[in-house]
Amino acid sequence: MNSENHLDREVLQTLQEIMGDEFPVLITTFINDSDERIRSLQKALATQNSDALQRSAHSFKGSCHNLGAKYLATLCEHMEHRGREGELEGLECHLVDIQQEFSQIKSILRSFTG
Amino acid sequence: MTDKHRLTILVADDTDTDRLILTSIVESEGHRVLSARDGIEAVDIFTRERPDLVLLDALMPRLDGFGAARKIKALAGEELVPIIFLTSLTDTESLVQCLDAGGDDFLSKPYNRVILQAKIKSFYRMRELHSTMLEQRNQIALHNEHFMQEQTVAKQVFDNIAHSGCLDANNVKYYLSSLAIFNGDIMLAAMRPSGSMMVLLGDFTGHGLPAAVGAMPLASVFYGMVPKGFAMTDILREMNSKLKTILPVGIFCCATMVDINFRKQEMRVWNGGLPECFIYRGDTLAYEPIVSRHLPLGVLSDKDFRDDCITFPMALGDRLYIWSDGIHEARNPEGDMFGEERLQAVFDHNTRPERLYDEILDRVQNFIGQGERNDDLSLIEILMAEPQHVNAVAAEAERRNQSTLAEWGMSFDIQPASFRMFDPLPLLLNILVEVPGLRGHSGTLYTIISELYSNALEHGILALDSSLKETQDGFTNYYQQRQERLNEVSTGFVRLHLHHCTTDEGGTLTIRVEDSGPGFTGAKSQVREEPGANRYGGRGVALVDKLCDAVRYLGEGNEVEAVFSWRNDE
Repeated sequence: MNSENHLDREVLQTLQEIMGDEFPVLITTFINDSDERIRSLQKALATQNSDALQRSAHSFKGSCHNLGAKYLATLCEHMEHRGREGELEGLECHLVDIQQEFSQIKSILRSFTG
Repeated sequence: MTDKHRLTILVADDTDTDRLILTSIVESEGHRVLSARDGIEAVDIFTRERPDLVLLDALMPRLDGFGAARKIKALAGEELVPIIFLTSLTDTESLVQCLDAGGDDFLSKPYNRVILQAKIKSFYRMRELHSTMLEQRNQIALHNEHFMQEQTVAKQVFDNIAHSGCLDANNVKYYLSSLAIFNGDIMLAAMRPSGSMMVLLGDFTGHGLPAAVGAMPLASVFYGMVPKGFAMTDILREMNSKLKTILPVGIFCCATMVDINFRKQEMRVWNGGLPECFIYRGDTLAYEPIVSRHLPLGVLSDKDFRDDCITFPMALGDRLYIWSDGIHEARNPEGDMFGEERLQAVFDHNTRPERLYDEILDRVQNFIGQGERNDDLSLIEILMAEPQHVNAVAAEAERRNQSTLAEWGMSFDIQPASFRMFDPLPLLLNILVEVPGLRGHSGTLYTIISELYSNALEHGILALDSSLKETQDGFTNYYQQRQERLNEVSTGFVRLHLHHCTTDEGGTLTIRVEDSGPGFTGAKSQVREEPGANRYGGRGVALVDKLCDAVRYLGEGNEVEAVFSWRNDE
């Protein structure tokens, strides 16, 4: 998988234009938000709270879309779907996928801000 | 971006990243952003700041976007506050939920700057249109309320005038819509001092206020003149002139006016432009139409106006029906008009005259259908009855006994300083035409008084010799002398006495003119039967003699008395 599948460059460029000097702040915010979302996904999975899982996955998906993190958004969407169906079995592996994808994104984004 | 277009936009999203992006996009467009992290914060900020537009994330902790949207819409009331849902929800059910909560549109992630700009612009325009619409709606409501108030006041004023009459007399039945004044219909009835009743049904052209405007002066002339005993022709003329003066061209009043004389059992009718009215004979059940022979009131100048009336005998039990064209033009649900044939058929089928009035109204109401209101219909029935059975006649007699100025007199002195410049005639005539019955005789009265006054002035005061006027030169000489003596005169007076009294049939006016001159030589206290040969000679006195019932000389001939009498029904 090349980096274009992880991050949509066009979306990021547009964001850079819009945010200007604030762009690094946006990156930092996204990283903090995402850490927080992953923690709440873990917690929801641990407590088998499908509703909380679905909500967190949904919100995470939204911000991923906004940052152009397409693959991560797809992974979140799958998790959101499973949450809605209440099929939480075997989702731990899926969460690991999300964590791995996020750490990749994180390093690419950091390279963006220099 | 001008300040006018700088909007305040509330952004509510619990994800910091999304809120940050959205804020940057919106601020880069020059708008002011208020941020909220959940629904409760969003509602609080909305209450405090009243933003122009709200961007709401659907899923938020504490209070989600749907709940917040409902609260915000309720707080906004009539004002249009567009709500755009920020959502990556795509299933139909979720979108329906957004719309149900009051959402106006959606914006999906990732946010697209161009789409967001377009949405903000178009919703701002919508909001402006909406507020203009509200403003105009409120204005219209205000105008309407104002208009209704004015109508109510106008109707009250009008009712006060209209109800001063005797429409409620026991020989009269009438149907008139409560808002008839705004349909242009007017109904007036009043008693004359003689005990006859005058009734008028008028129909102004047009509807609404323009039609109502003429009703006031019409009613006030009618109620001002009828109780004073003015002749019908005088009243018609006065109403016509007044309406002609005040109404714009194209607005006039079709009217029928009647004078019902209970004592003589006859009726005089003037119909100008209304549909024919019907006399319904109580004994034979025959009906006679009285067609319009005149133009409506307010069309012709006084000079061209024709006031001739037709007199009909009315036996006890005969009835008169007058209506406006609202009856002919009443329509059934199919749009057909009631028309004249159906109206005549009601008369043809009637067997009991006392029920005819109700039959006409019932037939028309059945024709147009029970559900419909009959706002444009005016109908009046007047029954010829014994005067002692008409309550309005008795009421009038009562009023007259209490308050009528039946007998009066006045004296008017003209002193030397006034001889040269002052003409007393206009002043005196002004008073006399206010006397009921005398208005129609103002020309005659002018002739009488001016002849008597100039005789007193020229012969009594200035001692001019009228035989001078017999030749052309003498005539000029006469007027030269008149002018010279007028300039010199410094003593003497001319005194005019007027005495008026009413009779059952009309009235009498006695005019006595006295001057300070010597009178006839040696003619003391004698009545001169033939004034033609004395110093008062000339055409003038012969004319006065012809116009008056009696002329006689008093004192030493320096006083002359003329008696003029008239009949009310003339």
